Amino acid sequence: MAAAAHKIDALGQFELASVFGPVGASVRFTQSNLLMLLAGALILALLYFGMRAKAIVPGRLQSMAEMSYDFIHGMCVDQIGEEGKRFFPFVFTLFFFILMGNLLGLLPFSFTYTSHIAVTFALALLVIVIVTVVALRIHGLHFFSYFFPDGAPKLLAPLIIPVEIISYLSRPVSLSIRLFANMVAGHVMFEVFAAFVVMMAGAGALGSVVAILPLGVNVVLVGFELLVACLQAYVFAILTCIYLHDAVHLH
Amino acid sequence: MTEDRGGKDEASFEARLQAARRKQGLDAPKPALGDAKVGGMSAMGVGMRVGIEMLSALVVAVAIGWALDSWLHTKPIMLALFVLLGGAAGIANVWRLMAPAGKTGNTTRDKIGLDKVGLDKTMGPK
Repeated sequence: MAAAAHKIDALGQFELASVFGPVGASVRFTQSNLLMLLAGALILALLYFGMRAKAIVPGRLQSMAEMSYDFIHGMCVDQIGEEGKRFFPFVFTLFFFILMGNLLGLLPFSFTYTSHIAVTFALALLVIVIVTVVALRIHGLHFFSYFFPDGAPKLLAPLIIPVEIISYLSRPVSLSIRLFANMVAGHVMFEVFAAFVVMMAGAGALGSVVAILPLGVNVVLVGFELLVACLQAYVFAILTCIYLHDAVHLH
Repeated sequence: MTEDRGGKDEASFEARLQAARRKQGLDAPKPALGDAKVGGMSAMGVGMRVGIEMLSALVVAVAIGWALDSWLHTKPIMLALFVLLGGAAGIANVWRLMAPAGKTGNTTRDKIGLDKVGLDKTMGPK
């Protein structure tokens, strides 16, 4: 057992495997999809069971549901303005889908679907397409003046416009890489330090004493990863709001 | 007379509240740029954001350059050109992120990102 643990397989945890036996395998239904469905169900359950009481003085669950609603509502109105209320459902869904993915991934035997760039890039692409469509609908062709700031010398146009376009297109890339890299880095660190524990414990009596150190590191890491999970969901949501603000107000 | 006083109080109340809050240290002073912590983010967090901004601009630029090259059959020219433009776009992204308030180019975009991606707003209701 100790011999087998000498190799650190830090990336094996991100591999997809189909669930539900042959039925799941035939439609390529993986544990990632399962966790996504679970995340959606949990959010709906929180809102449904939380708000069923309809108490004037909210209980714990209702308070949680109200606070999550109020938090995103405040974010939309603060960042985008009064028009931001129209985008509230979108930002709410985005934030809680990512938050649930990050948090569920911290449970043992679970899987973090936000650790796949295919997932995060699809989300970021959705954001940027919606932002562009919103900007085009509100401002029409005037939207393209976004790529050339007022007051810049006309001579520099051939230089500024490509730079601005690249800068605009780099938004979804940076948005997705940020979330994906944070999740992958955290889970790789878990795996590495957990492997240290096993390797040291297998190295004799002194080893099992020293093995407490990486174990302690992992305990601290769990706390840190809880913070990162919430923070990255927040960053994704607030950057979406900022991009929507730019789309609505343009300059 | 009483209404007069009420109106004056209203105006001075804000000022007095501000002064009291400042005295009690409730309004955190804006952190200066170059501090270890910018807007609640650790130095490592800032470094990571800057790195990601530059990297993503380069990734997009290389993709565009590559696509233009294979489309126009101008093998290395467009790629070389767009790597330079991508570097410039990356620097522009970082400048928008790190620029002191009031000096960001055309919009307020991303400036808020750094100020508000602190921990103070992530926890609890306002």
